[in-house]
Amino acid sequence: MATETQGSAGQAAEAAPTGMPQLDFATYGNQIFWLLITLVAIYFILSRIALPRIAAVLAERKGTISNDIAAAEDLKAKAGEAEEAYNKALADARVEANRIVAETKAEIKADLDVAMQEADAEIAAMSAEGEKKIAEIQANASESVKEVAKETAKDVVAAMGAKAEARTVTAAVNARLKG
Amino acid sequence: MATEAQGEEGGLVLHPMDQFKVEPLFGGDTVAWYTITNVTLWMALAVVAVAALLVLGSSRRAIVPTRMQSVGELAYGFVYKMLEDITGKEGVKYFPYVMTLFMFVVMANFLGLLPMAFTTTSHIAVTAVLALGVFLGVTVLGFVLHGAKFLGLFWITEAPLILRPVLALIELISYFVRPVSHSIRLAGNMMAGHAVIKVFAGFAAIAAVSPLSVVAVTAMYGLEVLVSFIQAYVFTILTCVYLRDALHPSH
Repeated sequence: MATETQGSAGQAAEAAPTGMPQLDFATYGNQIFWLLITLVAIYFILSRIALPRIAAVLAERKGTISNDIAAAEDLKAKAGEAEEAYNKALADARVEANRIVAETKAEIKADLDVAMQEADAEIAAMSAEGEKKIAEIQANASESVKEVAKETAKDVVAAMGAKAEARTVTAAVNARLKG
Repeated sequence: MATEAQGEEGGLVLHPMDQFKVEPLFGGDTVAWYTITNVTLWMALAVVAVAALLVLGSSRRAIVPTRMQSVGELAYGFVYKMLEDITGKEGVKYFPYVMTLFMFVVMANFLGLLPMAFTTTSHIAVTAVLALGVFLGVTVLGFVLHGAKFLGLFWITEAPLILRPVLALIELISYFVRPVSHSIRLAGNMMAGHAVIKVFAGFAAIAAVSPLSVVAVTAMYGLEVLVSFIQAYVFTILTCVYLRDALHPSH
């Protein structure tokens, strides 16, 4: 470095002995010139492109967020409404179901009663018929007994060597059977 | 350069200030105002970085931002909110200028942290132009907006009448010291941190202390990352405060 500075007659490196390049006034013009260019460049980049764009993006985002929040609130209200409607429908359905259950029960009961009555009547008819049949059978049986008794009595009398008179035998059998 | 070299014993040579030298990129010794130097290179990189973050990052205009777009929007929101909080609604129209300052300073600071980089904001010439731009702009703006009433900034009507001239003098001095403190704060912070890192790095040449030196460089680097952002923040917030004085000089 020292050899170089000796060569140049003066301006740039002469201030070097102070030890602070910051105090080397020869470079000030250069620095100030480039600084001004830099500042102007940054100023134009920012004011023409970057800042309006970022401001627009931020505004847009703010708008989007507030829109979304409004939409969310709307949807929340709608959800509340839907829930209310659902609960109402549920209550209605419950009432309806209870009504249907009661109605059906009554209907079934009525049907059942009718069927019961029918069955009762049928049973009564059947038992009456059965009793009649039994009575008939009983009558038949006693008639047969009478008949058998008459025959037997006639045969017994015949066996004893007497001619039995039909009328008297019948009367005797009847008297016996009654007795 | 020779004054810095303390390299008599042990071959220890420290050149902590060499990193700040302004040198032509394409040979030659003289640095004329139009010469393309490392200043040009690193400032151009700062422009590229700003454009990449804020223009490329937002190019998709996504409602759900990508990582890069998110960072750009954070930077936008950060500076916008700072400006609005301090200056109120009237200050918002100066937002592009404040944003330009912030983005340039923060990008230059962070680019300066790359190894072998040249830190443009460590030069008083650069920060002085930035600070003077703010100072002159704010002063002119104050007079344009309020005319002679802008001088009410120095004439504190709440104070007793006897004290007012004294306070006016103090206010006037503090007003004119603003650009000085504004610029030297930034340049000083950047320069000091980088120089200290360089000194520690120089000590790494001595085997016995080199592990310690590596740890120290790492720690300083972490601190510098913090300082880089904080100084950009401080520079911007002071710009906002000065702007508020121009917009509302009455209090």
